[in-house]
Amino acid sequence: MSSELLIWAALCLPLLIAAGIAITGAFSNVREGVTLTGATILFGVVIALASKVSAGQVPELYIGQVAPGLDLAFKLEPLGALFALVASGLWIVNSFYSIGYMRGNRERNQTRFYICFAIAIFGAMGVAMSANLFTLFVFYEVLTLSTYPLVAHKGDAAAKRGGRIYLLTLLGTSIGLFLMALMWTWALAGQNLDFVQGGLLAGYDIDPAVATALLILFAFGIGKAALMPFHFWLPNAMVAPTPVSALLHAVAVVKAGVFTVMKVSIYIFGEDLLNATPGREFVLWVACFTIIVASLIAMTKDNLKARLAYSTIAQLSYITLGAMLATQAGFMGGALQIAAHAVGKMTLFMCAGAIYVATGLTNISDMKGLGRKMPLVFIAFFIATLSIIGIPPMAGAWAKYELMQGAIDRGTDFVPWVLIGSSLLNIAYLLPIPILALMPTPGTPEPKPFKRPGGAPFFTVAAPVLTAALCVVLFFLVGPLADFLSPAFENPTSSAFVGGQP
Amino acid sequence: MIEAILDMAPRWALLHAPALLIMVPLFLAPLLAILPSGRLSWLISIFATVFALFCAMILVGQVQASPVGVVGYDVGNWPVPIGITLRVDALNSMILLLVAAIGVLATIFSWPTVKAEIPERKHPLFYSAFLVCFAGLSGVAITGDAFNLFVFLEISSISTYVLVALGAGRDRRALPAAFNYLIMGTLGASFYIIGVGFLYSATGTLNIAQIAEMLPELAGNRSVEAGFAFIIVGLGLKAAVWPLHQWLPNAYAYSPSFVTMFLSATATKVALYALIRYLFTVFRPEFAFEQATFTYLLMPLGLAAMITCSFQAVFQTDVRRTLAYSSVAQVGYMILGVSVGTVAGVSAGLFHLLNHAMIKGALFMAVAGVVLTFQGTTIRDFAGLGRTAPWTMTGFAIAGLSLIGVPLTAGFQSKLQLGYALFDQGMWWAVVFVVFSSFLAVIYMGRILEAIFFRPPINPRKSRKEAPILLLVPLWILALANIYFGITTELPLGLARDAAAAAFGLEAF
Repeated sequence: MSSELLIWAALCLPLLIAAGIAITGAFSNVREGVTLTGATILFGVVIALASKVSAGQVPELYIGQVAPGLDLAFKLEPLGALFALVASGLWIVNSFYSIGYMRGNRERNQTRFYICFAIAIFGAMGVAMSANLFTLFVFYEVLTLSTYPLVAHKGDAAAKRGGRIYLLTLLGTSIGLFLMALMWTWALAGQNLDFVQGGLLAGYDIDPAVATALLILFAFGIGKAALMPFHFWLPNAMVAPTPVSALLHAVAVVKAGVFTVMKVSIYIFGEDLLNATPGREFVLWVACFTIIVASLIAMTKDNLKARLAYSTIAQLSYITLGAMLATQAGFMGGALQIAAHAVGKMTLFMCAGAIYVATGLTNISDMKGLGRKMPLVFIAFFIATLSIIGIPPMAGAWAKYELMQGAIDRGTDFVPWVLIGSSLLNIAYLLPIPILALMPTPGTPEPKPFKRPGGAPFFTVAAPVLTAALCVVLFFLVGPLADFLSPAFENPTSSAFVGGQP
Repeated sequence: MIEAILDMAPRWALLHAPALLIMVPLFLAPLLAILPSGRLSWLISIFATVFALFCAMILVGQVQASPVGVVGYDVGNWPVPIGITLRVDALNSMILLLVAAIGVLATIFSWPTVKAEIPERKHPLFYSAFLVCFAGLSGVAITGDAFNLFVFLEISSISTYVLVALGAGRDRRALPAAFNYLIMGTLGASFYIIGVGFLYSATGTLNIAQIAEMLPELAGNRSVEAGFAFIIVGLGLKAAVWPLHQWLPNAYAYSPSFVTMFLSATATKVALYALIRYLFTVFRPEFAFEQATFTYLLMPLGLAAMITCSFQAVFQTDVRRTLAYSSVAQVGYMILGVSVGTVAGVSAGLFHLLNHAMIKGALFMAVAGVVLTFQGTTIRDFAGLGRTAPWTMTGFAIAGLSLIGVPLTAGFQSKLQLGYALFDQGMWWAVVFVVFSSFLAVIYMGRILEAIFFRPPINPRKSRKEAPILLLVPLWILALANIYFGITTELPLGLARDAAAAAFGLEAF
């Protein structure tokens, strides 16, 4: 198939799936069949696109001009292909999990849930493949609006409040800051917003003060990246059903945010301009601050999903940090973290959901000794925890290694210490959960019998086990992955210099 | 499409389009007044507006085809300076097209709401007043004569007072609102005519083009400057430029639904057109006092409107009042674009003018549907309507998102253009205001949308469902236009850019 057709397919499939779900909504088995088949085909399409990218091609699709200088166009480069692969691949796993979770929990309005989910994936695909900042912005907002009904799914007062905070924060930052940065870029670059290798703004003589302002607008305007102080939407979004937290708030939505940060750093600013921007240092500090403070807050949370949410905030800032290091290794570390954190955090969320479906427990302090009744779930949790901490042979190790490498290349000595501190904090707030569940201290009372007879549904256990296995697999696949990604970070101005890649 | 109309139009229409555009509605109006049947007068009104739209399309085509970009028409073959000329260029052909198109949609949708809100024996008079108003607004847009502009301004205003006062059948507060509007509107018109008098004393002519030619020689003339001041204030009052907008919220909130919809999409727009005509064609941005006006008067007022009225909109409990305050805020956006003083700025302002007409038109149509079926306009009355009237409310939601400026809607495009024009001149701080005002729009539209889609219905009368089909079709035409022109802006942006170029007397953008 031609690459244009493939991009069309990747965009239209989620919409077709949404339509199919709407039509077959009354027959839940058929509906789930539509989701699963569609998701699998979508993954196949994305793999086909990614193989074209790895063969050195650049799949492109030009749809049309919205206004002079504003094109609706798509172009896939390695970073976007990675994001698309992660989002569409994990969607399949998540769909299986959703079926188990939503049915096990007897949630209402399941058809609306699956439709919005498919539209959110549509948004993520669009973000991943966009060829310019305008297209990216459009799909970024599609993602925001389509996930609002998912967050407020339960419809009670708490869900509505969480949903409102979610929507207002994300819309507010994107309209208030991101859009402004976009318009400014548009004016600076002479009505052009294309992603250019080496940086769109690199060719223009940009005042450092302007570049600083622009970078800060981008960094905070991309609210989905959850940089402090615009992080609070994420814990509030945890009122959503767990599959939403798992796929959207560990993979698609938040990764769309940090992916946008990386795209802006690499293709709008470019390595050289980013280095010459004084504000880069400031955003780097904010990212470090977010990493440490979010980890500290996570320690105080007894609600499992809330703890995971703060952990996500901290882990997301790794990627912003990698982008702000503005070195090849930093970019690479950020990109690896997108994939590694996606599988790791998704596993953790799915485990939390499985526990909730089976026992109705949400608080960590109640889970002591529960590992004996749900061994597979907690072993998966354990593996994912190790990956988040960054212990080999788990995927998270490489990301951390590359980030440290990038920090040393840049000469910012405090960053490795921040990363090490973050790892220690991870150990402190994540590791006790599986360990106390699997090996309770003597005298811990036996956990109560399952609330749901039969325990967690099969799918809600199989899915996290699968992603936990992926955490390990990804560790050994990092060589090909790095080769695949490295063309994305090439800097045309300094191509003579060959950096040390693993 | 425009070429096709030019091809098929008969010769008399091509030759006399400027005059027919005004004369047909104006002369049909007294005929309607003596008709016995409301339904017949409605149909004749539709005919008149459709005919005006036809003429407006001819004019757009003729202007685009014309080598100088101007279509002139001497009324009664009396040449300037004795006779009145009608002068159409890209700027006012755009406004004419807007007024006529909105007029057609408004008239089609009007029948069910007029039937419900106006006593039956007044229907013919109501449509008669509407056609006079329509002709007056078109006349303001088309005339090339400063005094004639005043005449048409008064024709449209006086009929508007009548239309607003007819809302008394539904709510007695329409009467003070109309009276208030009458006083304010008369003040505005008086200021305008005093300004024209000053210009006449200095130049000796009333023809706009001739005044424009003579003004550069009269630099530093006090009476020219005084005339400028009077005209800006007078037209600013009509255009509801903050803080001269006090007449607007009540007039919009209490007049019949149809009048609100028609006025919100056309009346302030036409006054704004006249303002732009004076600011850029008659007077020039190069005049020192005009630069000062932009920097120290119009821009601060535009920003103030965007912020204060958006805040006021947030605190309203009545949907129509929320939208009315939002309208004043949106006029602020247009004034801001104009006050940048560049072609890009004016084109952004005009572009938003077109988009805002589509947005507010659709919003007020949907509100009219709710007034019709559920007899209420407070936000409480809107609760739960997303389930009982999904089509009406989805149309409302689309236009509401466009007002906020969500991507792929027309409102988003106008914000982008405005932002570009501002950044282009280094006015990044003004963009902060635009963005903040958009955020307020998220809040005040969000309140309504949340009530519609996420609150259970409280009003027990909510057994009737959708608005009638006559209302839904124009509503959805406008709602889909909001999406269509958010995806491809070729037509409105092209019109706005040509219009801005014409305002500056340039050939093209």
